[in-house]
Amino acid sequence: MSQREFQNARVWRLGSDVDTDALAPGAYMKHSLAVIGGHCLEAVRADFAPGVRKGDVVVSGVNFGIGSSREQAAGVLRHLGLAAVISPSYSGLYFRNAFNLGLLLLTCPEAEKIEEGERIGMRFEGDSPQVLRANGQRLACAPIPGFLMNMVDAGGLLPLLKQRRNQ
Amino acid sequence: MNTTAFQPQTLAQKLIARAAKRAHVAVGEVVTCNVDLAMFHDSSGPRRLKPMLDELGADIWDKNKVVLVLDHYVPAQDTDAQKIVQMTRETARQWQLPHVIDSEGICHVVLPERGYLKPGMFCVGGDSHSPTGGAFGCYMFGIGATEMLGVCVTGQIWVQVPRTLRMLWNGQLQAGVSAKDMMLHMIGRFGMNGGQYQAVEFAGSAVGALSMAERMTLSNMSAEMGAQAGVIAADATTLNHLRSIGVSPTELVGAEQWFTDEDAEFEQHCFDASSLSPQVAAPHSPANTRDVAAFAQVRPTIAYIGACTGAKLEDLRAAASVLKGHRVAAGVQLMVAPASAREQAQATQEGIMQILKDAGATVLPNSCGACAGYGATFPDGSTVISSTARNFKGRMGPASVNVYLASPYTVAASALRGRISDAREVLA
Repeated sequence: MSQREFQNARVWRLGSDVDTDALAPGAYMKHSLAVIGGHCLEAVRADFAPGVRKGDVVVSGVNFGIGSSREQAAGVLRHLGLAAVISPSYSGLYFRNAFNLGLLLLTCPEAEKIEEGERIGMRFEGDSPQVLRANGQRLACAPIPGFLMNMVDAGGLLPLLKQRRNQ
Repeated sequence: MNTTAFQPQTLAQKLIARAAKRAHVAVGEVVTCNVDLAMFHDSSGPRRLKPMLDELGADIWDKNKVVLVLDHYVPAQDTDAQKIVQMTRETARQWQLPHVIDSEGICHVVLPERGYLKPGMFCVGGDSHSPTGGAFGCYMFGIGATEMLGVCVTGQIWVQVPRTLRMLWNGQLQAGVSAKDMMLHMIGRFGMNGGQYQAVEFAGSAVGALSMAERMTLSNMSAEMGAQAGVIAADATTLNHLRSIGVSPTELVGAEQWFTDEDAEFEQHCFDASSLSPQVAAPHSPANTRDVAAFAQVRPTIAYIGACTGAKLEDLRAAASVLKGHRVAAGVQLMVAPASAREQAQATQEGIMQILKDAGATVLPNSCGACAGYGATFPDGSTVISSTARNFKGRMGPASVNVYLASPYTVAASALRGRISDAREVLA
């Protein structure tokens, strides 16, 4: 489990109901993740795409990823190198897409305590991730079932299917 | 294990149990289901699946169970879209897919139109509005392209057995009030993730009185409630409709077993259809819903009747009933994108298309159009009243576009009067 733990990750704080069309705008859906990445969240937070760096984390309010089935909305965050998304709740469809693409989602009821620009870490206690805040506070997250964590560790469903077919 | 005792189940549980080859499944358990039908389109389909299948050296598990629909990038607006459409067609030929529907309408409408969906089936679609299929007594939900790859390779998918939220609608809708209003009302009450990825079931006499097209609108917008599926038990309306489009009686044997046992565990919410006013969702969320009267000061520049949600034959009929013999107000542009070619042909035969054209409508192709936001969208600063499903900021045009969601009745009445209006006043 340890390979997805992180520390000193910079926080991008977003509001509630971040939708797939904001993450992967329709006008760029014809193009690659590299192109979509340049426009990720531009309708709601214009400084995100130009400023985001590998290892950063997104922390949002409730209902992250509502809307479309377009998995580019999860793929783009992985492409941009996000270590994880942290939210009290997700669209169920987005949740499946994220794990299928190897993007780690942490379901954290107290995510709203985390502040913009804060540096945080994450450690697993068994199958339950814990967010470690800069002030020493620990925020518990919902456990992640083993079969989903295997998908994240493999880098997504495609590499996992490849492993299985080669066995 | 005691398997002889009768264990009551919801419709959703029964459909999942059948697909998992089990007599009973418990809420919360993760099961693997066999997929009866997988639908994908030109955006989520071959252009994403082919490179991954090639990388794996794998084939589609059962091509007879796959339906490909070209609806998102047609007609192609530019060379990039043209490349996607061309690649999709070439791949369909190479894979020798037996079921391809090309530029004849939107996937969620053409799939049941061709009789692919029957009560009892377990289906997935590469599009978020796939819960539409639930109107036919199926368990159907949307998945992303990578998960569709998993289905294509294995024919199976995992599901966590959902709780059921049963929405019980009794009473009778007033003329000019429709399934779209019921749905906007429920989304306004429960929120965009109020379904919490559970199964929503629509029931009660007001649902029983709805046509299949109207039931499809309920199931369709289960997506906006954040439900995984939006199911409706098959009844005489369902079976008569399926027979009328040519589904053979043998394919409908056993359809009556797919219903929720009254002693099953579910969460129930009751509604009165008789007292429901037309509903409008203000920018930028389908949950931002109030009675139509609250928006009387809003003056739309565009009235849009389109998408799987709001441009089926009955939606066109509803709009025509309001617009018959009139022209839209000055300053309003009315656009109509019928959801399927067959439904448009029927509407033409009924004189519906002529009524809409006489009212000033521009008729657009049978595709997702402006709703998906993938091609032609609305110009900067537009105020739009739309029969579609989503009004997220930036979805249907620049962030400056304000989209109000409503029923086809309300869109037509608003186009007629030049401000957001209650169709009941026009129809009275």
